Amino acid sequence: MTEKILTTENVRLYYGDNEALHGINLDYDQYGITALIGPSGSGKSTYLRALNRMHDLQDNVTVNGNFMFKGRDIYAPDTDTVALRKEIGMVFQQPNPFPFSIYDNVAFGLRISGEKNKSVLDEKVETSLKQAAVWDEVKDDLHKSALSLSGGQQQRVSIARALATAPEILLLDEPTAALDPVSSHKVENTLMALRDQYTMIIVTHSMSQASRLSDRTAFFMSGDLIEVDSTKQMFLNPTEQKTQDYISGRFG
Amino acid sequence: MNAKNADKIATGVLYAIAGIVILILAALLGYILIQGVPHLSWHFLTAPASAFTAGGGIGIQLFNSLYLLLITMLLSFPIALGAGIYLNEYANPKSKITGMVRMTIEILSSLPSVVVGLFGFLLFVVQFNLGFSILSGAIALTFFNLPLLTRSIEDALATVPDLQREAGSALGLSRWETVGHIILPAALPSIVTGVVLSAGRVFGEAAALIYTAGQSAPALNFGDWNPFNISSPLNIMRPAETLAVHIWKINSEGIMPDAQEVSAGASAVLIIVVLIFNFSARYLSSYLYKRLTSTK
Ligand SMILES: Nc1ncnc2c1ncn2[C@@H]1O[C@H](COP(=O)(O)OP(=O)(O)OP(=O)(O)O)[C@@H](O)[C@H]1O
Ligand SMILES: [Mg+2]
Repeated sequence: MTEKILTTENVRLYYGDNEALHGINLDYDQYGITALIGPSGSGKSTYLRALNRMHDLQDNVTVNGNFMFKGRDIYAPDTDTVALRKEIGMVFQQPNPFPFSIYDNVAFGLRISGEKNKSVLDEKVETSLKQAAVWDEVKDDLHKSALSLSGGQQQRVSIARALATAPEILLLDEPTAALDPVSSHKVENTLMALRDQYTMIIVTHSMSQASRLSDRTAFFMSGDLIEVDSTKQMFLNPTEQKTQDYISGRFG
Repeated sequence: MNAKNADKIATGVLYAIAGIVILILAALLGYILIQGVPHLSWHFLTAPASAFTAGGGIGIQLFNSLYLLLITMLLSFPIALGAGIYLNEYANPKSKITGMVRMTIEILSSLPSVVVGLFGFLLFVVQFNLGFSILSGAIALTFFNLPLLTRSIEDALATVPDLQREAGSALGLSRWETVGHIILPAALPSIVTGVVLSAGRVFGEAAALIYTAGQSAPALNFGDWNPFNISSPLNIMRPAETLAVHIWKINSEGIMPDAQEVSAGASAVLIIVVLIFNFSARYLSSYLYKRLTSTK
């Protein structure tokens, strides 16, 4: 059995006194895509944001459980969250480029961590934009505002920005939900192309997207992990009735 | 009356009200400019005022106004920036301290500027022995300016979407780095607008200055840039009548034969400068926005 890159055990998360996750156990092999599906409010985003400690930004959130990333405790008191978030990158539902140029957006993380060498930056920006499958569309005008791009392009630039700091894990919270079908398709292709080099965890409401993209699917409901299995198995032959109902569109 | 007609009437009334507002503004500006512009000349803008004879200028007052504005901004901008960042980025909106800071700012902003001036007089001019000086005036103007400037900086920061803050921390930035590298740059165009607009307001303020910066404009030696010399324009301990105070003073006790003309000319200059501030605020903001969003 291969070494797990990330394990989460008995994850309980409270918003104030309200328990939003009731003990989730999930772990991840290196590389490949895991899809998190489930009805609205089932705790997918909540769980995802616990993985790179995004909840730290909010008061009133308590995270319990055991999170190990490459053998290190993510929630250990001496964890450097800055370094952690470079290793576990995140892409959000809404494309959110900074109001700077495309180049500055992608170079941002590197510059912050002290990279000044122009040729290194140039090269990283180019590779990241290529990886995110948006290079051909923007290469002639890297210095124009990222805000002037289409939503789909913005989202791929956001992915490039996350990739530029060379994370090992990429968390994606409904990355195509705000995009038109053509742009979604391009983003999906981007993710497909990255599956051999990154461990990706993607929240999606689209069953077809989950089945196209992911190697493994986890089904959340009301703060519980109902079932997790290979995507094929989940969609063809789920063990749980609830999963069956959800996938066949009977609720949610 | 059906909805369509009601709508038509409402639209008409709103147009009329907007028209009246524009008309009032145009009449006011037109009147001041028509009265004052004919008296403007290079001599008028640069010569010192004369108390008893005709032909005096407003050179020193104009310089005083600009210099006082600069000092005021140097004092108030850092404080307002800090307060704005604190209130929008750090403060817990529910905490007592935040509530108190906000209330203080609101009260401060509703104080009449005469009261601010009087307070400045009693505390700085008399108590701290700063005398009628640019420094006393700048401190009084800082009190006057701080609430609105803080508010406008806070508003500028608030228009930056939270998504940007999340994106910053997802890239591994601390909160402070997010503020410094993302939020402030993104808000810069509106912050600059706020600063320039408040500069216009400060520039025209008279009441807060009468008892703080004083009502006299001693002669300045524009060859002497040592800030410790009394006749140096840079000296911040010298009394400094500003343009707005000068206008007030001529109209209340001016005895020069051309008081009318000087007052009209000075008012025109005041209005023109304020208009320049207003227009450059717009221009600067769109220029900065373009600069920010592209690197060339
Ligand atoms: N900031 C918050 N404060 C309090 N409760 C929250 C907060 N965010 C989420 N919740 C609650 O936690 C539960 C899980 O929400 P979460 O956003 O994780 O669901 P989700 O599965 O991502 O849903 P969706 O598919 O709609 O994005 C919901 O009941 C929600 O109301
Ligand atoms: Mg969600």
